[in-house]
Amino acid sequence: MPRQHVTTEVNGEPQDFLCEPQETLLDVLRDELHLTGTKEGCSSGDCGACSIMVDGRLVCACLMFGVEAQGKTIETIEGMAEGDKLHPLQTKFLEEAALQCGFCTPGFLVAAKALLERNSDPTETEVRYWLAGNLCRCTGYDKIVRAVMDVAAETRET
Amino acid sequence: MDYKAPNSIDEAVKLLAEAKGAARVLAGGTDLLVQIRAGLAKPPLVVDVKNIPELRKISTDSDGIHIGAAVSGAELGEHDEVKAAWPGVVEATELIGSTQIQGRASLGGNLCNASPAADTVPALVAAGAICIIAGPDGQREAAVEHVATGPGQTTLKNGEFVTEFRLPKKLPRSADAYLRFIPRTEMDIAVVGAGVYLTLDEKGVCQQARVALGAVAPTVLLVGDGSKAIVGSSLDDAALDRLKAAASAACNPIDDKRGTVEFRVSVAGVLAKRAALIAKQRAEVN
Ligand SMILES: Cc1cc2nc3c(=O)[nH]c(=O)nc-3n(C[C@H](O)[C@H](O)[C@H](O)COP(=O)(O)OP(=O)(O)OC[C@H]3O[C@@H](n4cnc5c(N)ncnc54)[C@H](O)[C@@H]3O)c2cc1C
Ligand code: FES
Ligand code: FES
Repeated sequence: MPRQHVTTEVNGEPQDFLCEPQETLLDVLRDELHLTGTKEGCSSGDCGACSIMVDGRLVCACLMFGVEAQGKTIETIEGMAEGDKLHPLQTKFLEEAALQCGFCTPGFLVAAKALLERNSDPTETEVRYWLAGNLCRCTGYDKIVRAVMDVAAETRET
Repeated sequence: MDYKAPNSIDEAVKLLAEAKGAARVLAGGTDLLVQIRAGLAKPPLVVDVKNIPELRKISTDSDGIHIGAAVSGAELGEHDEVKAAWPGVVEATELIGSTQIQGRASLGGNLCNASPAADTVPALVAAGAICIIAGPDGQREAAVEHVATGPGQTTLKNGEFVTEFRLPKKLPRSADAYLRFIPRTEMDIAVVGAGVYLTLDEKGVCQQARVALGAVAPTVLLVGDGSKAIVGSSLDDAALDRLKAAASAACNPIDDKRGTVEFRVSVAGVLAKRAALIAKQRAEVN
């Protein structure tokens, strides 16, 4: 099957790529566009390591074909910091040690940012449910949840 | 594998019909991509239906509510009108997977994947939902309970796909509810699911009811004896016990790591009863 030409916007920039129809968007991001911040944990929608935004919705890049991205706006972890300036969630994750091996971290950050953009004052339960599709084998989740709550509180103060 | 994303229902029907049953419809892909990647499905053609406007729309008219078959769970959960009229259908939809899965998963995919444990199906069956099916011979309607015939099997014929779900117009003092049992609090497959819809009269007597169970038989069950158990009652303890017994009696489940036959039969009764109580409370205030 010939490779298909796909036109998208990735992290604010126009981006074209060629891909096989059966390639996932995750494979395209990592192998074609070299955006390796988005991780592959399970490839079955269970772990959230591949979390990205597509047209403003949080999705698993492993459960989407690259060709489905035609005309779509994609945001990945690489677009989160502005140059050298980290996003408040990134800073807080570092300050509060909300990561150990870091494999799950890009997925958690993208998912947490999506939450805070729609709900600036989530309860702990809301944070835990929103992030239920992101698995972490190291931290035990508490520090992640606390970091997200702290960013929410600080953002509300400013 | 080839990929096509037609813009119209007719074009999609044509592509599917020409592939003679070998093509697969792609909506949110949260079942299909997992199956393709596990080697369980090897379709030579995938027809993505998300670019067809009718499949992405929610609208209301005198018939009730029309929900496009590819509308995502997240879109449905944000729709205040559907939530107010059919809270059970929306709560069942919102139980599917995680936030990420919600961004993609559709009612059409949940039904046509034909898992006996699909969460939205008991809720849709209880609600009396109908699906609109497009195909080479035009359009037909089918009650949701008549689509799946067993795990992974449906009555859809070559070239056919579901375009829309129609929820009836909401009647006064009526409501639905859906409950499921899973061992975790999130992200798991139903061990048992129960959907109940009912209508009360001004005195609180149940005028009509539909009870549906998931994950306790090869397909979702519409439990006729469940409605008989509560129609004419004010959902007093005796009626609820009859409902519980009818729901348990209808089950024909499997034993697996998620639950034994005995457990599923017992939980089905309990959930049907609890869902009926929630539906009753909702019906009393709307
Ligand atoms: C991590 C994870 C958690 C999950 N949790 C749950 C859960 O809690 N409860 C639950 O019920 N499910 C769950 N699922 C399964 C899945 O998300 C749902 O069944 C979902 O509703 C499928 O919808 P989709 O649009 O993604 O379907 P797709 O994957 O696009 O399609 C599923 C099947 O239906 C066919 N199809 C799709 N649309 C149509 C149509 N309009 N007409 C005809 N055929 C069609 C496809 O060809 C395919 O065979 C989970 C999946 C994952 C990966
Ligand atoms: S890699 Fe996509 S959810 Fe795990
Ligand atoms: S920090 Fe290691 S998996 Fe989360």
